[in-house]
Amino acid sequence: MNKELTIDEAIDKIQDGMTIMVGGFLGCGNPHRLVNKLVEKGTKDLTLICNDSSFPEYGVGKLIVNKQIRKLIASHVGTNPETGRQMNEGEMEVVLVPQGTLAEQVRAAGSGLGGFLTPTGVGTVVEEGKQKIEIDGIEYLLELPLKADVALIAGQTADKFGNIEYFGATRNFNQLMATAADIVIAEVEEIVEVGELDANHVVTPGIFVTHLVNGGAI
Amino acid sequence: MDRNEMKAYIAKRVAKMLHDGDVVNLGIGLPTQVSNYLPEGANIFLQSENGFIGLGPVPQEGNEDWRITNAGGQCVTILPGGVFFDSSTSFGIIRGGHVDMTVLGALQVDEKGNLANWMIPGKMVPGMGGAMDLVTGAKKVTIAMEHTAKGAKKILKECTLPLTAAGQVDFIVTEMGLMEVTEEGIVLKEINPEFTVEQVQEATEAKLIIADDLKDMQI
Repeated sequence: MNKELTIDEAIDKIQDGMTIMVGGFLGCGNPHRLVNKLVEKGTKDLTLICNDSSFPEYGVGKLIVNKQIRKLIASHVGTNPETGRQMNEGEMEVVLVPQGTLAEQVRAAGSGLGGFLTPTGVGTVVEEGKQKIEIDGIEYLLELPLKADVALIAGQTADKFGNIEYFGATRNFNQLMATAADIVIAEVEEIVEVGELDANHVVTPGIFVTHLVNGGAI
Repeated sequence: MDRNEMKAYIAKRVAKMLHDGDVVNLGIGLPTQVSNYLPEGANIFLQSENGFIGLGPVPQEGNEDWRITNAGGQCVTILPGGVFFDSSTSFGIIRGGHVDMTVLGALQVDEKGNLANWMIPGKMVPGMGGAMDLVTGAKKVTIAMEHTAKGAKKILKECTLPLTAAGQVDFIVTEMGLMEVTEEGIVLKEINPEFTVEQVQEATEAKLIIADDLKDMQI
């Protein structure tokens, strides 16, 4: 089974108005080529779920600058002034979520959980509108799963079935987002034959991956 | 002291609070400087919330690898024995009480141990990033900051900005002293001998409790 697509075929899977997840942390582990192609294509009115909105000229930050995002769900937007501007002027809806909660929301969606209880955010504005549940004298917030139509993720090496190894700190949200979208497109630096990866080192099992794009080394 | 000396002084004092074997998360800015003064011979495991333990120094120019960055997005290195992991594992470590101390800056902190450090409504809304999880989950929360913001008081009776977490702060270290947040209020335990107790109180809105065994700052 070969899941490989050209980068154009891959980005054509994303339609105006869809919800997408993009792996990465301040650009580290963003699938840069997929993001660049999405910027080039100009697909719009997207809901973007990502840890952050990176920097204006780096990674997912470019999608914000190019005004393709209608709604952003992220934990941090401070490194991209354009996000703040669009938020303050009402051009883009921004939902800020504690980072650990965001990670777990994605994990919950991919793991068949109806939600989870976290102490993070109790006593802050994060608790507004959320159910509070006390267990053994500790208050928790009920947080719900978060899924997407398409996830764009970045890996180091994949085999043709989509088993993926990562490098360095790029794993962050990629490993989680690979489980939580209807279509999962992975950009990797190298694609090898099935059997060439050491099963002990594979982090994302290929069953999660719908399509692969061979990026070559960045 | 100029501001750089002040920051170094604060970072040095916080570094002395760390023990062999501690897992520690250092926030961006002043808290990051704590890593320059870690106790000699002690194994301190620096956790980076973007997904690793064993945070090493910034690489020499030309050796940067953009796949290894810290939570501020800067290129760093990983020490021998370090490990990478995903964000869910990272925040499992943080919320699960496996981080011994988190060191963060603050916009405001109050005598109930409340912390505000993630937004100023109408002005600055960078987002909370991992701060809410860190402050909620770490065993000890230490605030490392300048005592005032150009004279405006930051250690208050009650925070007025949106909170990062309620009742989680344990220690506050500034250029003026080291304070512990207790049930009774904020206790001044150590003082920089360049200041008097009166001066520290004047720069603090909350009523300080002066420790019976008030010491000079242990730098």
